[in-house]
Amino acid sequence: MSETAEHHDDHHPPKYYVKIWVILLVLLTVSIVGPMIGIKWLTLITAFGIALVKAGMVCAYFMHLNIERKVAWYILCATLLLLLVFFTGVAPDVMKPSGTNWQSLYHEPTEEESMVHHGDEHAEDAHHGDEDTHHGDEDAKHDDGHDEHSEDEHHDADSHDEGH
Amino acid sequence: MSFSEKYIFSTDHKVIGLQYMFTGIFMALIGGFFVYVFRMQLAFPGIEVRFYGTVTPLAYNSLVTNHGTIMIFWFAMPVLIAAFGNILIPLMIGCDDMVFPRINRLSFQIFLLSAIILIASFFVPNGGFGGAWTAYPPLSAEAAYNSTPLGAPMWLIAVALEFVAFLLGGINFITTLMNARAPGMTMYRIPMACWMIVIASILFMCSVGPLIAGAVMLLFDQTLNTHFFDAAGGGDPLLWQHLFWFFGHPEVYVVLLPAMGFVADIMAVMARKKLFGYKTILYSVFATGILSFVVWAHHQFIAGIDPRMANLFTVTTLLISVPIAELCFVYIATLYGGSITFNTPMLWALSFLVEFLIGGVTGIFLGASGADIYFHDTYFVVAHFHYTFVPIAIIGFYCGITFWFPKIFGKMMNDTLGKIHFWGTIIPFNFIFIPLFLLGAAGQHRRIYNFENFQDLALPEFFNLRVIATVSLIVMICFQLVFLVNFILTLRKGKKAPRNPWNSNTLEWTAESPPPHGNWPVLPTVYRGPYEYGHPDRPDSDYWPQDEPGPDPADPDYKSTQA
Amino acid sequence: MSFQVPIATNRSATGIPTSRLAVWWILASEVVIFGGLIMCYLMFRLHHESWGFEAAHTNPIAGGVNTFVLLTSSLFVVLAHQAAEAKETDKSVRYIWFTIFGGFIFMMVKAYEYTTEITHGYTMFKSVFWSFYYTATGLHGFHVMAGMFIMWMISRDVKKGKNLHRVEIIGIYWHFVDVVWIFLFPLLYIAK
Repeated sequence: MSETAEHHDDHHPPKYYVKIWVILLVLLTVSIVGPMIGIKWLTLITAFGIALVKAGMVCAYFMHLNIERKVAWYILCATLLLLLVFFTGVAPDVMKPSGTNWQSLYHEPTEEESMVHHGDEHAEDAHHGDEDTHHGDEDAKHDDGHDEHSEDEHHDADSHDEGH
Repeated sequence: MSFSEKYIFSTDHKVIGLQYMFTGIFMALIGGFFVYVFRMQLAFPGIEVRFYGTVTPLAYNSLVTNHGTIMIFWFAMPVLIAAFGNILIPLMIGCDDMVFPRINRLSFQIFLLSAIILIASFFVPNGGFGGAWTAYPPLSAEAAYNSTPLGAPMWLIAVALEFVAFLLGGINFITTLMNARAPGMTMYRIPMACWMIVIASILFMCSVGPLIAGAVMLLFDQTLNTHFFDAAGGGDPLLWQHLFWFFGHPEVYVVLLPAMGFVADIMAVMARKKLFGYKTILYSVFATGILSFVVWAHHQFIAGIDPRMANLFTVTTLLISVPIAELCFVYIATLYGGSITFNTPMLWALSFLVEFLIGGVTGIFLGASGADIYFHDTYFVVAHFHYTFVPIAIIGFYCGITFWFPKIFGKMMNDTLGKIHFWGTIIPFNFIFIPLFLLGAAGQHRRIYNFENFQDLALPEFFNLRVIATVSLIVMICFQLVFLVNFILTLRKGKKAPRNPWNSNTLEWTAESPPPHGNWPVLPTVYRGPYEYGHPDRPDSDYWPQDEPGPDPADPDYKSTQA
Repeated sequence: MSFQVPIATNRSATGIPTSRLAVWWILASEVVIFGGLIMCYLMFRLHHESWGFEAAHTNPIAGGVNTFVLLTSSLFVVLAHQAAEAKETDKSVRYIWFTIFGGFIFMMVKAYEYTTEITHGYTMFKSVFWSFYYTATGLHGFHVMAGMFIMWMISRDVKKGKNLHRVEIIGIYWHFVDVVWIFLFPLLYIAK
């Protein structure tokens, strides 16, 4: 236990940090180019794996965590672990598509619906216009959207939508 | 220094601590008034409640919601953690103030703002939020359901601001304890009260994050019509429950730990005996803290969560009772063979142990997911958490204030009035909540405005139990006047307190009563742990202050002067 | 009477200076706040494959530019810290202002992004994906602006040669803001 605090003895010349920065930019480029190739596992590794590496480098070299007392690492790692605990405890519920007594009524958006159509609507009305187009799309795609659901009462219950 | 510099905009930790304390007590009066009103409605449905009027269903929901919210966030936490933490931590570890006094002041100002916003929410059209302190969507998200379009977001913003205030305060406490200790105060020489408050702050900081994110999402659902928690819109209402309880469960340990810390310190002093198993307590508390992060879904057993998770959470919930029970055993072991003085602080500390044990064991029924299917949302739960929360908040507060009053205010409280107040609080307390256990076991659900509407719950026996509970509540509230009288009379005409009236070892008792700004002209040095009472090597004194130069009996090289 | 720093502030039983210790704890709490939000987003995103269609309409070029801007501004703040350690206050102030400028560019790009997206109809209420997008990037942007403001305050002190230790502290905070963006970028802009 010391009475005085230590300051980090930074013996690195500025060029050292510029080198780290260049490596980070290279990683950034890879993480943008990789997903453009389109292979899923490659995207995962390049986009997210590299994000982890970049974050680790910023933490270790820019934040000087590599020469900091271990307690700081422990604090931060503990919080990351907590986030993992949170995800593990909550995902089984939030990521559940349906249960024994319920089904999700949420209509998964299609590629068409995710785009916003322009043309005759001006900017302020774009929002409302989109809602109407969406409704139209929903009705049109009702049968497609509900193929997964086997119950007939589901169709009947939703048939009132057709009135819109 | 002008009055406003000295008392309103002070950066002194003792002044800020008192600001938190008086704000907290004021809010407790409001929360207490709310419970008086709604318990009158429950015992005597339709009655015109004195000082209030008739209770409408909407008002009932709002009273219940705000009673819970206020008592936890604006009474228990500010008083136990912010008030006592601020006053005691620098004094107990031997430094002159918190490490960031201006952030300390800012945290109180944000806290005060949050209290003002909450109170303001009661006066807006349609009144305060009535969706329960747990604020589950879609009730809390849609004004169409909760009928309080202004009250709901204001409640949420008040709670969020309170969280920010405690995050800031927590950083101050943690950093101060870690860094600003007196020379010689190693980790195992820190008094339990300090340890507990700081561990509580750490638990709070780590658990509140997801809920802050959730609160932002809920606020947007309330005001901007987003669909974070709306199933049809692509969200999930169960997500809020998880976000809330991921914080909500560690939160109960956040408030529990400081109270247990006070009890530990009081017991050692009043029994004139070394705290039994300092390290055991510490490690049990670490274990409790870690476990507290993996028990949260026991609040959601019947919400439709994955049953495999329910099994897991049952196991962890039952496990967490072990370290807490360990703590209770260690306290009892501390008392065993001690030379006990039954003064007011000690009576409060002993009653904490007894009442909290009852609360704790009733939690076992609720922690088992099978039994919880019956008990969830009944008054059994209400009785359980009041048998834990009231010892924590009310008994814990009285432990702290009666024990440290001489140091904080420089006067000695009247012990006879203290004992009258004690018995007048504890006995009615049990008569309030034992009926609620019985009613809960009989199936009485929570958050119901009028049980006359339920045939099987409208039996005269049940109404008798409700009346007993309500009348006992009124008796308990009346006895708090005894404390108020004691408090005010002592401040005005009380005997001046000596520097160390309880002959305690810890550092705060070496400062003047009350301590000046800066606490000591020369900051102390520490030579031993805080609980060296009745040491055989000191025949002339049954205590050995931490700052008295000399050997440390806990040191492995220490040679006892006895054979 | 002006404020006097108490003795407590300069003690260090852990060996880490108090202000730096405090900033690690601040980061810990921020990790759980942002992490909580990101975990929620992750759960929804993994659960709804169709959100890939929604995410196709974020602007990865703007996102990439912003990542570059933040990484560069992180470099500048490290150099500012080095200069402050060497007591080269003018150099330090200059680097701090480069960092602030980086934050400013970031916010401008964000403003451009938001404006384009909103005028095209991709508002916060269009779907839960977009709600998350605006909430996460908005919360992050708020932290960027707060950081810029605090850096400005610190640069004023540094110019007078006071409180040089605070450059490191705001630097650590700024790196954290950068790290959050390093994760937001692939989550919101790349994963389609």
